[in-house]
Amino acid sequence: MIDKKFKISGKTFKSRLIVGTGKYKSFKECAKAIKISGAEIVTVAVRRVNISDKNKARLMDYIDPKKITYLPNTAGCFNAEDAIRTLRLAREIGGWKLVKLEVLGDKKNLFPEMIETLRSTELLTKEGFKVMVYCNDDPLMAKRLENAGAVAIMPLAAPIGSGLGIQNKVNIKIIRQQTKLPLIIDAGIGQASDATIAMELGCDGVLINTAIAKAKNPIQMAEAMKLAVISGRKSYLSGRINPNLFGSASTTNKGII
Amino acid sequence: MSVKNKIKIIVNGKQLQVIPKFSLKSLIVKLKMPLNKIAIELNRKIIDKKRISKIQLKNGDNIEIVHFIGGG
Repeated sequence: MIDKKFKISGKTFKSRLIVGTGKYKSFKECAKAIKISGAEIVTVAVRRVNISDKNKARLMDYIDPKKITYLPNTAGCFNAEDAIRTLRLAREIGGWKLVKLEVLGDKKNLFPEMIETLRSTELLTKEGFKVMVYCNDDPLMAKRLENAGAVAIMPLAAPIGSGLGIQNKVNIKIIRQQTKLPLIIDAGIGQASDATIAMELGCDGVLINTAIAKAKNPIQMAEAMKLAVISGRKSYLSGRINPNLFGSASTTNKGII
Repeated sequence: MSVKNKIKIIVNGKQLQVIPKFSLKSLIVKLKMPLNKIAIELNRKIIDKKRISKIQLKNGDNIEIVHFIGGG
């Protein structure tokens, strides 16, 4: 079965794996992991430059934004105003319009604050941003985000950085059925099989940071995630057999001695 | 020039002293910031990087210079 193209806001990507650039030991390791993962989109954050150490290495020196699509995020923002300020600055660095909105509601569990997230999606869309939205796995809210102009719905699998894997498969399936927008699992992936399950549920992509960056061998895990996403997608497209409580022999009894 | 004649500005939360009429461009050059990798806010307003040579800093100005770092 030929796969349909993975398109976000009109742009086509070959890889369905989006990778975060945080938590790596070094920019060098981060760049290597991205290369091995095959990801064409990476999330990045906006922060103050260090004015006391002018020679400090910069992310852009290691990951070329001309080759890899930067997806600026709003990490650390707790309201619409902060999120909009951050993304306006990101746009100013180099014209980025495709952004990842992430408005958090609580510093401990890092769950999205959905009222502010919805408000931010509306405001940013009006300003011409193409907003990929980190959200909870609530189908009703996903619909609202879609109506507000989101270009991708990105529900969590579990809390950010928790590595717990997909906690609510049913909701992800419901969101899949109701939207034609790209559906990308963002946050909570722990191991390769979690990424495969996300794809088998029909998601269009997976966004992974901690599970790669904090693995004992991030480079190898980056490759594992790449293969897991490809595998899960092929499995989804191939159409699984119906689960059955009872056995069904693979070998015919015909000609048995 | 004596310290008395200098103006105080805040850059990324840190106080700096510069001479009066010091331009925003001079500040960026002094800090060795690559223009194509940063964005600048002056008193909470985003500044068009093409205009920085025309902007003269004033006492009490608050400047934020940001760039991309690793994030999820």
